[in-house]
Amino acid sequence: MSETPTELRYLSSHEWVRIEGDVAVVGITDHAQHAMGDLVYVEVPEVGLELAAGDEAGVVESVKAASDIYSPVSGSVVEVNERLEAEPELVNSDPYGDGWMFKVTYTDDSELDNMLTSDEYLAHIEDE
Amino acid sequence: MGQRTALYDSHLQAGAKMVDFGGWDMPINYGSQIEEHNVVRKAAGMFDVSHMTVIDVTGEQCKAYLQRLLANDVAKLKTPGKALYTGMLNPQGGVIDDLIVYNMDGWYRLVVNCATREKDLAWMTRQAQNFAVDIKERRDFAILAVQGPEAIAKVSALVTPEQAALIAALKVFQGVEVGEWFVARTGYTGEDGLEMLIPNTDIVAFWQQLVAAGVVPCGLGARDTLRLEAGMNLYGSDMDETVSPLAAGMGWTIAWEPAERDFIGREALEKQRTAGAAAKGAAYRQVGLVLEERGVLRGHQRVILNNECVGEITSGTFSPTLGYSIALARVDGEIGANVQVEIRNKCLDVQVVQPPFVRHGKKVFE
Repeated sequence: MSETPTELRYLSSHEWVRIEGDVAVVGITDHAQHAMGDLVYVEVPEVGLELAAGDEAGVVESVKAASDIYSPVSGSVVEVNERLEAEPELVNSDPYGDGWMFKVTYTDDSELDNMLTSDEYLAHIEDE
Repeated sequence: MGQRTALYDSHLQAGAKMVDFGGWDMPINYGSQIEEHNVVRKAAGMFDVSHMTVIDVTGEQCKAYLQRLLANDVAKLKTPGKALYTGMLNPQGGVIDDLIVYNMDGWYRLVVNCATREKDLAWMTRQAQNFAVDIKERRDFAILAVQGPEAIAKVSALVTPEQAALIAALKVFQGVEVGEWFVARTGYTGEDGLEMLIPNTDIVAFWQQLVAAGVVPCGLGARDTLRLEAGMNLYGSDMDETVSPLAAGMGWTIAWEPAERDFIGREALEKQRTAGAAAKGAAYRQVGLVLEERGVLRGHQRVILNNECVGEITSGTFSPTLGYSIALARVDGEIGANVQVEIRNKCLDVQVVQPPFVRHGKKVFE
């Protein structure tokens, strides 16, 4: 079964978010990587890119399908996981760890309130 | 809940992720589709394809009936056991289904697709009205495809020496009855291997023996990447009732000779052939595409030449063997060696090649 750590926040579009100080770390959930199957390409945003909450920030492609990755917050991209270019399978093997995708600064705390808790995310995927 | 094959519980035991496929609950993968793909290229994997339909055609006029029904000519099947790949066409020359037909020495066995089962049976029954034939679906068979360079050896080690000898004598595209089983050296992967029709009552035990022998269960996900690397069509994606076999890389499956054999769809195909490149759309043909940069070619993406749309991808995927993306596309006429494909509003350069892409584990196109 897929894991949904309680300390993280989630988007209904299957990103997870970890708040580290004034930076949000973003990846895709275990549920999402299971559903997509083996990933073959991950496109991360460029460092310095300014994003608004809900903007497309990247793309993950599996053998089966392509899926956009959205930014959970408004801010600028400060770091991306460059290992994913050569090792997209890290998203499958360790979605909440080595499979992280990008870090983005945020300034508007209210954006955090729009995210789902692990329980809310689990309820959302039940409904899907 | 969908229909279940006799191996449903075996799939769950093996950790399968199940999906709906044409009304059947089938395994899409058992963990990693890419690992399953690779094991078929390098060793041996097995696929439960019991959702496909086996149809036995018997009766005095079974040969004449199939010569009318099918675009390829069963008269080519001179020896018992020989198999033929063919389209079953409608009068407009569109493909109702693609199938394999085996010469069973006095009668014929057909294996048709799953999603097309009902319309195939209805069409076959309708066309049978003027022939002394009997059409019987065989729901009592499970179908197991054991594929890969080690597949035949692994199967042969589990059967009696007499049975193994029958299997060892099989030529490519030939089948043989082995007791109540029917074993054919055919497949949908581009590797050597067997497709085995096994009574539902025997299949679970044999599956377990194969698992114990190291044959890896593989899902429909790997089946799709393997067949696409092998340049084989998927019904419903690469062709359907609106597509001519001439536009779907199936020209070689049309038996034009003898000219007096009046198979269904012949007249329409002959018109297409003589219209040639003159008429818009008459010159549609299938090509292979290769994208070596990052990105994955997918069905319905547009093929662009000199800023004009000249066709579309019918099947595309990431090729695990090659490490980049490949596709089958239907394009209008000669398009040269380099075109573009539109992926998420960007045009990427792709190379035009002649499928297949991979045979026996190796890249085969130029």
